[in-house]
Amino acid sequence: MNTLRTLFKNNIRQYGMIIALASIMILFQILTDGILLKPLNITNLIQQNSYILILAIGMLMVIITGNIDLSVGSVAAFVGAFSALLMVKMEVPFGIALVASLLIGAIVGAWHGFWIAYLKIPAFIVTLAGMLIFRGLTNAVLKGQSLGPFPEVFRGISTGFIPDYFGGGQIHVLSLVIGIIFSLFYVISELRDRKAKLKHNFEVIPKGFLIAKIVAIISIINLFTYVLATYKGIPNILVLLSLLVAIYTFITDKTVIGRHIYALGGNEKAAKLSGIKTQRVMFMVYVNMGILAALSGLVFAARLNSGTPQAGINFELDAIAAAYIGGASATGGVGTVIGAIIGGLVMGVMNNGMSLIGVGIQWQSVIKGLVLLIAVGFDVYTKSKSAS
Amino acid sequence: MSEYILEMQSINKVFPGVKALDNVNLKVKEGEIHALVGENGAGKSTLMKVLSGVYPHGTYTGDILFKGEVCKFKDIKQSENLGIVIIHQELALIPYLSIAENIFLGNEHGKNGIIDWNTTITHTASLLKKVGLREAPNTLITNIGVGKQQLVEIAKALSKKVKLLILDEPTSALNEEDSDNLLNLLLEFKKEGIASILISHKLNEVSKVADSITVLRDGKTIETLDMKKDQITEDRIIKGMVGRELVNRFPKREPNIGDVTFEVKDWNVYHHLHKDRKIIDNINLNIKKGEIVGIAGLMGSGRTELAMSIFGKSYGAKISGRLYKDGKEIHLNTVDKAIKHGLAYVTEDRKNYGLILIDNIKRNITLANLDKVSDNLVVNENQEVLDAEEYRKKMNIKASGILQKTVNLSGGNQQKVVLSKWVYSEPDILILDEPTRGIDVGAKYEIYTIINQLAAEGKSILFISSELPEILGMCDRIYVMSEGKITGELSREEATQEKIMKYVINLQRGVE
Repeated sequence: MNTLRTLFKNNIRQYGMIIALASIMILFQILTDGILLKPLNITNLIQQNSYILILAIGMLMVIITGNIDLSVGSVAAFVGAFSALLMVKMEVPFGIALVASLLIGAIVGAWHGFWIAYLKIPAFIVTLAGMLIFRGLTNAVLKGQSLGPFPEVFRGISTGFIPDYFGGGQIHVLSLVIGIIFSLFYVISELRDRKAKLKHNFEVIPKGFLIAKIVAIISIINLFTYVLATYKGIPNILVLLSLLVAIYTFITDKTVIGRHIYALGGNEKAAKLSGIKTQRVMFMVYVNMGILAALSGLVFAARLNSGTPQAGINFELDAIAAAYIGGASATGGVGTVIGAIIGGLVMGVMNNGMSLIGVGIQWQSVIKGLVLLIAVGFDVYTKSKSAS
Repeated sequence: MSEYILEMQSINKVFPGVKALDNVNLKVKEGEIHALVGENGAGKSTLMKVLSGVYPHGTYTGDILFKGEVCKFKDIKQSENLGIVIIHQELALIPYLSIAENIFLGNEHGKNGIIDWNTTITHTASLLKKVGLREAPNTLITNIGVGKQQLVEIAKALSKKVKLLILDEPTSALNEEDSDNLLNLLLEFKKEGIASILISHKLNEVSKVADSITVLRDGKTIETLDMKKDQITEDRIIKGMVGRELVNRFPKREPNIGDVTFEVKDWNVYHHLHKDRKIIDNINLNIKKGEIVGIAGLMGSGRTELAMSIFGKSYGAKISGRLYKDGKEIHLNTVDKAIKHGLAYVTEDRKNYGLILIDNIKRNITLANLDKVSDNLVVNENQEVLDAEEYRKKMNIKASGILQKTVNLSGGNQQKVVLSKWVYSEPDILILDEPTRGIDVGAKYEIYTIINQLAAEGKSILFISSELPEILGMCDRIYVMSEGKITGELSREEATQEKIMKYVINLQRGVE
């Protein structure tokens, strides 16, 4: 019981977020008479929020370093426009255009990173400038007009679904299979981790609790894939998102570079005196942000089927809010990828749910603002309490 | 009315774990210059903070009598209203405001929140004339030098109708000419009946201007010397400052010293901002295997700057000189390289430069050598837990576990975490910068034991400290630093506190 309590205490923020997300989902499920969790709407939810979630992952790492990136919305728009120029106007093949677009993102990130990491210009100012510069360049590239349509294969990134080789008619069998494979994978990794911990005589959670946890997570995974399977199956974008979450969780949790990012945000001077190349780490974080902003821009362009001058407006604010709601600290050094994703989902579900029940757009904004304030306020409050 | 303008009687002030002031008495006569001397940490600044109300009435015991009346200050404002003004070592001026604005900050001439600039400027001009500063009242603080800034502080004090002026190390950042000006100004004020308390390490200045001297040591009043009555020499003052007995405060050690492992030759470093100011002046030193070498000197003598400039050029500009390890020249341009060459630097400022306070013990210990617990840049967390646990036991870090955040540890345990981090990096040469600052006596002993153990394992240790007893108790050989130079080298046998102090102070007097 004691271990459970400490487990809960140590992860109160994480669990709190999951509980908050679940309650918001249940609330809107009731308010919308069950529309929220209909297969079609869940698919919509994923597709509508994917580009923000991609940004939120990169933004989280920027925020861990204690900085901010205000330019990502403009950069996403710019890369979307650039890709439209390549694919629509110049008819460059899809693969080459994709690589070129991500490369442009990396260069933009390097541009910001150079000013921030090496010339020590405050990130707020550098990326505010970037926000203006790349918004302007978007308009220049597009000459003020939308550019489309894209080739079918490109649109598929955002709007397509994984193919079903089993041809199961009403139900998308491959999606179900993936759910099962995923569950098996999860069980094996949990058991392996436990075994390694027991070998070193570390404390582990009680067996009963572990089983309950595994059962709960497996049910959620399979229920989720089942619901998707009853519509058109797993959207391509969900595969991409899951991959990104897995990769970035691994980087932040398990790798040396991940540690260096947290250390840099926690105390730059101490990190530097511990032999961490703080400038290079900061630079790389912005390059990474640039690539993810480019990816986000591509996904958004694919969804709209055109590069438009108005793309990406206020994306940066949603991404920043997602990271903060997900438990990142404004002073740096704290935050998780999963947290940022949950934060993004909280915002996404609220957007979607409020639209479904017909809350006016003006009130949606007010409510989202209050949620951000309360989430971070709760965070600060629990921290000050645990500190005393 | 008594002859004393200020009497502080039986002042006691306790911080968690430390008795900072123990029954301290201080009496300052009307219109005299009273010097307050003592080693770093003797309690001088704490006493002045009690006097000025930084530590409000109730947080200390004892009485403060100003002009014979008992005072119970709740904040600085109240003490200032009576004319007690303190000028801190670190100047409290706002760089991008003008001299006039700074002088009357919080005390503005004007009505209903609207400033009367004409009165402000004329009043400032007259104050500046009084302190002998020829600058326009509109000049921004950032555009004048430190010496002039000091004068602005004094002008600010005058604007508050000062009766008792307290100066905390006023000349530590000044050159000789500016220092002389300042001291002459104090003598001027004396004629006008303003009493001053002068806190200073520079005993030559003290003997020049002070009428009486109170010596503090370890939070106690040792003596008050009357400069007029007795012939007080600097040696006499030094004796009062350091004269304490050493009994078993340091663990025993049988030094086993080998060949020279690390050498610094012709090392010069300039200030990182003012690139024409030399901070480290042609330093040569060496350390042998298994040896503990001390660097004594006052704060600000350049010890930290020396250590950090060696450690991957973490401080300074225009660094020149050569470094040798085991006879071979090495180039340490980054911290990363310094660590790879087997150097470690334990900072004097563990909170700002040593620890990631929001991270746990485990993550802090492995930070400087993550490669040791990683395969292909992936951290093996289980191994990390085992390693961190090993160090927690070895260093006797008192915590709920290795997952406890370092921000919640006591100073001594934080220091042990920083030490663990650097021992974990497997260095050959450890530079320890004030490793026992702000730590209670028990933890100090533990840290000394760890240091001795490291030396016994054959590591070379450079031990920087302001506490002379500690230097004498721990080191096999001692370099004395003053104003960026090494002014003396003493073996364990010949070293005494008086000798070290002489090396420290001789240079400041300009006699080598």
